[in-house]
Parts: sequence; C-alpha cells; structure tokens
Amino acid sequence: MKRWLWQQRIWIGLLLAWLALALAALGVGDTAYRVDLPHLLAGPDANSWLGYDQLGRPVWERLLLGAQTSLQVALAVVLFSAVLGTTIGLLAGYYGGWLDRVLTGVIDVFLAFPGLLLAIGLAAVLGPGVENVIIALVVVGWVSYARLARAQTLSLRSREHVLAARALGAGTPRILLRHVVPLLLAPLGVEATFGIAGAVISEAGLSFLGLGIQPPQDSWGSMIREGTRYLLVAPHLVIAPGLALMAVVLAANRLGDAWRDYLDIKTRSGP
Amino acid sequence: MAQQDDTQSILKVERLAVSLPDGTPILKGIDFELRRGEVFALVGESGSGKSMTALAIMRLLPEGLRYDRGCIYLQDTELLSLPEAAMQRIRGRRIAMIFQEPMSALNPVMTIGEQIGEALKLHLGLRGRKQRERVIQLLQEVGIPEPETRLDWYPHQLSGGQRQRVMIAMALACEPDVLIADEPTTALDVTIQAQILDLLKSLQRKRGLAVLFITHDMGVVAEIADRVAVMYHGEIVEQADTRHFLIDPEHPYTQQLLKNALPLRALKPAPKNQSLLEAKGIKVWFQQGGGWFSRKKRITRAVDGVDLTIRPGETLALVGESGSGKSTLGMALLRLNELTEGQILFDEQVDLATLNERALRPWRRHIQVIFQDPFAAFNPRMTVGESIREGMITLKVGPQDKASQRERVAELLQKVGLQPEHMDRYPHEFSGGQRQRLGIARALAVEPRLIICDEPTSALDVTVRAQIIDLLNTLQEEQGVSYLFITHDLSILPRIAHRVAVMQQGKIVEEGRVEQILRVPQHPYTQQLLEAAPKLVRTAVSDLW
Repeated sequence: MKRWLWQQRIWIGLLLAWLALALAALGVGDTAYRVDLPHLLAGPDANSWLGYDQLGRPVWERLLLGAQTSLQVALAVVLFSAVLGTTIGLLAGYYGGWLDRVLTGVIDVFLAFPGLLLAIGLAAVLGPGVENVIIALVVVGWVSYARLARAQTLSLRSREHVLAARALGAGTPRILLRHVVPLLLAPLGVEATFGIAGAVISEAGLSFLGLGIQPPQDSWGSMIREGTRYLLVAPHLVIAPGLALMAVVLAANRLGDAWRDYLDIKTRSGP
Repeated sequence: MAQQDDTQSILKVERLAVSLPDGTPILKGIDFELRRGEVFALVGESGSGKSMTALAIMRLLPEGLRYDRGCIYLQDTELLSLPEAAMQRIRGRRIAMIFQEPMSALNPVMTIGEQIGEALKLHLGLRGRKQRERVIQLLQEVGIPEPETRLDWYPHQLSGGQRQRVMIAMALACEPDVLIADEPTTALDVTIQAQILDLLKSLQRKRGLAVLFITHDMGVVAEIADRVAVMYHGEIVEQADTRHFLIDPEHPYTQQLLKNALPLRALKPAPKNQSLLEAKGIKVWFQQGGGWFSRKKRITRAVDGVDLTIRPGETLALVGESGSGKSTLGMALLRLNELTEGQILFDEQVDLATLNERALRPWRRHIQVIFQDPFAAFNPRMTVGESIREGMITLKVGPQDKASQRERVAELLQKVGLQPEHMDRYPHEFSGGQRQRLGIARALAVEPRLIICDEPTSALDVTVRAQIIDLLNTLQEEQGVSYLFITHDLSILPRIAHRVAVMQQGKIVEEGRVEQILRVPQHPYTQQLLEAAPKLVRTAVSDLW
C-alpha cells in the first residue's frame, strides 16, 4: 500500500495542490473583486503573477476562488450522490424482489438520459447558483453508485460470512452496516474518485454555459467563458483556469484508474 | 512410436530447483524419471510443489519464478536450454497437459470440435474433412456419445465429466509421448471420477502413454498409478512402486498421510433416543425465469419432500453428489433460504418453519453452521475476535460486557486449538485449517445444540481434515452437541457419523446406521456411490467392521 501511494505521488500531489489552492482562497480579500482599470487585461507583474482580467482583477486570486468553488461542488456532489446511490443500491440488492425491480427500473430510466443534458435542463429549471448546480449533478450522479452497490450487494448477500451472521441472529441493519458496506467501500471509493473528476468538469461545463456559478462568484468554467472573448489579446485569461481544470481532472482520473488496477490484482491473488 | 523397451525413460527430471524472486525455494532439487507406458503419480498436500513441478516441466512457470538449477530431459532433448519457439512445438505435440477445472481450460465461445480441430491443425496440419473425421474419432475414443452432433456443441452444454473427456481428447489429439494430468478428477463427483480414471487407464494402456498424474488423493493413486513419489515442502521424500508403497511406506510423513487418507472408525458415544430436530416433508423449490411479463416459469425442485430426525449428541451424515440438494436442505433447516413446504420441529415442541425472523431469533442460538469455504466464511474487515463475539452480542449469550466476552473468546480459541492472542488478527492471516477452527469457535460461541456442517473438510488437505474431524468429535463428547454433517466424501463417514442419509435429486433415498449403509447398502444409488469409491477406501471400509 505504501509503495502504491508513492507510485501515485504525482496525482496525489496535484490533488493536494488543488486542496491547498482552495484553502488559500480563504485568505483572499476584497482585492479579487476590485475593478482596476489601469491594469485591464495586463500581463503578469509583481503583484499578480498570472496577470489581470478584463476588469483589471488579479487572475491568480480568482483562480484560488475558482478552486474553492470546484472543490466545494465536487465534495458535495460526490458525498450526496454516493450516500444516496449506495443506500438505494444496497436496499435493491439486499432485499431483491419487487423493490429491486422498481429501483432497477428507476436506475435504468436515469441511465437512459444523457447525463450532462439532464443536468443542463435541471440547472436551467432550478436557476443558477452553487446549490442548484450541486442538486442537478447529484440527480445525475447517484445512478452509478446505485448500480455498483446493487451489483456488489447481490454477490455479497449469499457470501458465507453473511449467511453465518444471519444464522447468529444479526438483524438486517447490522448485516448491512457491518458485513456488507465495509466490503463495498473499496469499489465505491474508486467510483467516487472518478466522480470527483466528473463533478469538477460538469460544474465547469455548466458555468461555462452560464447555467452554473454566477458573477461575481468565481468558477474556472465562468473564467474560461469570459476569457474566450479576449483570447487573442490576453490568452492568459483562458490558459490559467484551463490548465488548472485539466490538472485536477487528469489527476483524479489517473488515481481512480490506478486504484482500480490495484484492487483488481488484489482480488485475483487473494487478500 | 514403435514398441520399445518398457523400462526406457522418456522424461527425466534432475535436481530441479525453482525459487521465488525473493529467494524462497519452491522446489528444492527434485529427481524422478517417467518411463514409457507407466503412470507415475506425484502425491502431496497443497503447497507441496507438485503442480509447480508440472508447470516447470512445461516451462510455464508463473511470472517471477525462476529456475535455479537442474535439467529436464525429454528422451534426449534438454528442455530448459531449448529456445521458446522449439518449446512451443513440444507443448501439446509431445507433452500434453490436462487440468483440474475443465471449464476454465476450455474456450467458452468455441465449439469443442473447433478446439480439438485447432490442435490438429496447429501441430499436424490437418484441415477440412480429414480434421473433422479425426475429431469425431477422438471424441468416440474418450466416450462422448453421438460425437457427430456433439462436435458442434459449446463447453457449457456439456457436463463436468464430459468436459474433462473433451480435455483428454484435446490432449491426445496429437498423440503426445507424455501426458501430464494435474488433479484431473478433483472437481468431479465420485461416480464421474471413477469413469474418468477408467478412461485414462484404458487410453494409457492402448497407446502406451507415459502419464505424470498429480493428485492429493491416495485412493486415486491406488487406483491408477504404477509408481508413486510423495512430495513435501518442495522435496520428494519417498519414491516407490504403488503396491509396495501402500503396504509399507517408509517415510514418517508418508505413513501419516496414508493413515489420514484411510477411513477410520471412531468410537462414538451413543446418542439419546429422542429427537432434537425433526424435519417433515421439507420442500425447497426455486422458480427460474419469468420476468415482468413472461408467464413461463421453470421450477427446480432442489429439495423435494425430505424427512429426517437428528437426536441429541448424534452425527447424521448427509451424503450425495453435487446438485443433489444437500446444501440447500442444510440452509433450509437454518431458515437461511425460503422453505416451500414442510415442518422443522425443534425440541419436539416448536415448529421453526412457521416462525418469522423475529420469533426465530431466540432459537437461532441452538442451531449453528460451519461452511465449506474457510476463505468466504469470515468478514475480511473484522478481526476474528469480533466475528466470534458477534453471536454473543446479537443473541445475548453469556456475559454482556466486553471484557468478559473477550475472555470467553480466548477460551473458545484455546478449545479449538488456537491461541488467545490470535483474537486481534484478521482472517487472511490464517491458514485454511485454522480458519475452519475459527468457524467452529464462532459457532460454539452461542452454545448451540446442533451444528450444520456444510462440507467443512472438503477444502482441506487430508492431514488437516483428520484434525478437524477429531476436533468435532471431541467437542461432541464434551458438550453433547449434534451435527448434521453434509459431505460427498464417503471415506470420512466411519470416523464422523452415527447415521447416514443418502440424498439424490432432492430426495433421501436411503437412511440407516453408518455400518449398515457402508456394508449392506440397499438402494441402487447408494450401491453405485460405494462402487465408485476408490478400491483402497472400499477395502478399508469393509475391514472396519
């Protein structure tokens, strides 16, 4: 495990950097919002090493605030969708019967929708804002956790250690919480890592379309949107948030991949 | 190959040593030779290195393992110094191999005809009609009925025994000089095992084949082998003619191995003449197919009207082949699967079949279970102490504070032959036999009066198997607990059972005292089962009474 973590140091490092940016944003004061016309679209200088935007605001500070937004959204989306999805999948898989049939039906309906399109529709209906972005992405996101949890629970349900616990009179909540959920955590963790990448990119997408985070609040997506208008004169407005976005999504996806491979080898050669 | 001198060696292994990358030796310099037209058995328990020897000969060692020294001669060719391309021509063409699990060794998306044909095309260049004719001939030779039509079947359409026959046909397709058979009958039922052994013997005789037969089963050795080598921790500890070997083994390990493999009679205390559990008309039917709209449903009658009685302090062995419904019956008595019909009278007073889960809970402590697979039977995320303690908490057995519960866990661990300090370890830190002991400790924790043992010894080596059976017998003597012992292994019956019930296709076809069933079986199916048992076991059984 230690060696594995060391092998993933680049990706873990990038994600930690993201976290650090978001925390650093707490220290950003009013300067991030102050309109400063002399510095309009100016390049980097001693005060702002990433330059200034179309209103003369420092890009570096806005990038920090954007990191905070994306982290907030990603954590909330992954947490809520994982809890909701896992609970539904767990119940469907464990109880089976008509409950399973109804829930699988619902899952299938959600899977049949193109995810981002549904989120766009929902965001349009709910209106812009961080909370609504989170709601829209949770509505789309819980399905994959539910499907995974259901499949895993189905196979764990008839595993002998669960039968032994039932023979020992353990009630359903105890069986689910102590004998099934702990064995689900690893695959769900992999799914959640991918979920982080998905949420970050979806939030940026919605904000880019103007359906997500609204000014003056900052998001990497809306920064890219505003920057595109000045692409030829001030490319740094797009490049900075673009690279940040790419780094975070890449890191989360690579980490998810590596984790999945790690678990796979483990399951092949026994615990 | 023309008839040659019988004693000519065809495969010779000299000082073969193989080790892990970290230097741990797997094979510690083994020597043996395989002669033309003989069956040479390599016997040992799991981890002794017998399968590794086979893979080493084929130059198919798992990644990371390396040859330290030694030579392998196939007639005059030294295999270890051969380039890979030349080795590929030897595999399949001159040395063929068959495995334990034919389903995973066959390609599920190719018909069996195509698969055998592929070998013929690759090594002999046979194509088209000639190839097809040869395939049919081979299938006929290994006893597949209607080979002209079965040729186009897929592996999943065949039974386990037939799949193994197809594997043998594939192995023999190119008329190899040497056949390596790695536990070819271990996954099969006894009756099928007997058929496959007969087939291998007759083919070997007809073709003058040299067979390297790898097995852990002494009964099978006695049945098929001309000479035997016993492996232990990567070394060959004894090598002899089979006949001499069975009568007068020299090495102490071999003596112990043989003793454990043979049926042994245990002096069992007589049970009281009353009923602890009485099952009447148990039926477990499963519905298969039938979704939302389809009306077609298939019903599988896994258990179809079973009556049985278990007395206090008694072991009732439930015997049958795979698919006979014996495990399903065990789970039904535990109320771990849905009962279609029937009564389960416990203590002559309460019918467990009518109770719901809540009402059943107080009775759960009286009936416990031990499973076959000691790897799946424990929650990998809980320490074994927590697992054993679980029943004391959920069923409120014994003291309810943590300290005294841990004390009880320590006592239980000692009782089943483990150490108290094992309590805080996780299941993967234990061996198979140790985990089976843990399973027994977990069941005992709630002081049950009946334990349903679902093939608890099938996954274990003979030495460990003997220890577990002795442990179960001791516990029965001390605590008067009853067992329903589900097994397919006839050789352990005299050692474990008071009475035996034989199950076939969901029904109990014969029931009686153990000596009665083993010596004068009445039902044709019981007779067939006993006939199929290796001769070594049969003679030993008849010597017991």
